[in-house]
Amino acid sequence: MGKNILKRIDLIFKEEPDSKNVLKKTLSKSNDELINELIASGLKGRGGAGFPTGLKWKLTAESKSTEKYVICNADEGEPGTFKDREILTQVPYKVLTGMAVCGRIIGARKGFIYLRGEYKYLLKELNAEIKKFHAICDELGLKFRVEVFMGFGAYICGEESALFESMEGKRGEPRNKPPYPSDFGYLGKPTVINNVETLAHTFTIFQHGADKFRELGVKDSHGSKLFSISGDTPTPGIYELELGMTVEDFVNDFGDGDTKAVQVGGASGFCVPRKKFRETRIGYQGKLTGISLPTGGSMMLFNSSRSMYNLLSNYLEFFTEESCGQCTPCRVGTQQLIEGIRAVKRGEKPASYLDKLLALTETMKATAKCGLGQSVANSFQSIVENFREEMIY
Amino acid sequence: MDALQEKIKEVVAHHGRERHNLLPVLQEVVEQERYLSDYAMTLIAEEMGISAADVYGTATFYSFMDTVPRGKYLIRVCKTITCYMKGKNQILMALEEALKIKLGETTPDKKFTLMETNCLGWCHKAPAMLINDDVHTELTVEKVHSIIKEYKERP
Ligand SMILES: Cc1cc2nc3c(=O)[nH]c(=O)nc-3n(C[C@H](O)[C@H](O)[C@H](O)COP(=O)(O)O)c2cc1C
Ligand code: SF4
Repeated sequence: MGKNILKRIDLIFKEEPDSKNVLKKTLSKSNDELINELIASGLKGRGGAGFPTGLKWKLTAESKSTEKYVICNADEGEPGTFKDREILTQVPYKVLTGMAVCGRIIGARKGFIYLRGEYKYLLKELNAEIKKFHAICDELGLKFRVEVFMGFGAYICGEESALFESMEGKRGEPRNKPPYPSDFGYLGKPTVINNVETLAHTFTIFQHGADKFRELGVKDSHGSKLFSISGDTPTPGIYELELGMTVEDFVNDFGDGDTKAVQVGGASGFCVPRKKFRETRIGYQGKLTGISLPTGGSMMLFNSSRSMYNLLSNYLEFFTEESCGQCTPCRVGTQQLIEGIRAVKRGEKPASYLDKLLALTETMKATAKCGLGQSVANSFQSIVENFREEMIY
Repeated sequence: MDALQEKIKEVVAHHGRERHNLLPVLQEVVEQERYLSDYAMTLIAEEMGISAADVYGTATFYSFMDTVPRGKYLIRVCKTITCYMKGKNQILMALEEALKIKLGETTPDKKFTLMETNCLGWCHKAPAMLINDDVHTELTVEKVHSIIKEYKERP
């Protein structure tokens, strides 16, 4: 433990006193040049899904409309994630610069930061930063304005289409896809929506070039990533690490010497048991050997004193409360799962009932409308399959 | 026109009547009134030209949009996994003791309401809670008592 096996990266939080110059230099390049730079960097979305950022901007730029929007997703509701707040606190100008450059590329004059209600205390300082940034835009002749939109306590609003609905003054219920935001986003207009960290990385890429970013990480998972580390660890906090690490190296670095499991990607992510630490890597699906888990950066460690039943039950409670209730597989499924594991634990249902519940999560994965309902299977299956005896006794 | 009517007219005029301003309008009313009454929702609906059912349906979707009266200081204790592991239940008990109310209740003087909430994003400094917009982290039983003492002394 605490071996510092993994290289610490210092790009995101590195202060850039002359951010205006970075913006100016960036704006002196053509839109095509900038998009090519982003694509060459290999940057993928840091909000969890890992969509290539350059391609997202390109598609939205190609969409025909006089009204377009750039939205920064700062809803950060995934259990175990807290890095986006820190970016907005320490280097907000990087995010704003990324938004403004995106605005010029796609043809948007307006940007929004959707900030979760739990981070309201940040609003005053953030607005002050935005004001300063507007002055820089004016000075450089860039017509771009950013506004903060406050969320109000709903995890599902982090899902991009639910976020648009919420901004439009409605219930945060995810839409059917397609159409995708690049064609039909906020107010039905072409919209780029990116995670806070993704936008901060675009600043690094514009500042130092694609190569410097691409140097980090591994094939298919380039660059560094912020990890929010919590649970049974002597050193909880936010760390910037390279993508592609094994869970084993991670645990040797951050574990307390008695790590039994690591939950990668929060409640909607996967539980990795000790016996799979070595074969599991953190990164996007690709040519990595073994299992490869994408993540928004939530890493929760559990030592042998923890009950995995309590862990699963806590996650299911979370999903039951946060399901928007729009579709049956998710609304009813989450409730049946939590009641189901309780019944097994109390001995009211046989252990084989767990297999019925596992099958139910497969159905949810296939039929739920959005990522929330679909991803309940991730933690449910990885916990029940690896810690079955803890579910029963 | 009563005071609430006047206030809502003002809030709507400030944000604009278009539908996409509904959330900011609701948020401001909740903040000022400490909750969203049926009456307030009817007034907002009238003022913005949408149905009261629609306003109600939207408002109740959001967990921070309180539709019953809350205390001046609304405490939300994080109950998600890391806070749970790091002693959330003891924190809750300390709060119940300090405030002499149970989870979900409001003190008779309408000063405090005690609630739980999902992940606040302070897992590395668990256990955590919000009091209105302010964050309190790395809580201990002693810390809870001194925080509540301090809030009790506030007007
Ligand atoms: C239930 C759910 C919650 C989500 N919450 C967030 C969030 O809080 N922040 C975020 O950036 N992305 C969140 N996402 C992912 C977004 O839908 C979207 O993919 C992301 O904002 C795109 O940005 P990126 O490409 O930069 O990652 C969530 C997705 C789902 C299904
Ligand atoms: S899967 Fe769940 S959260 Fe997503 S739309 Fe369906 S009910 Fe809503």
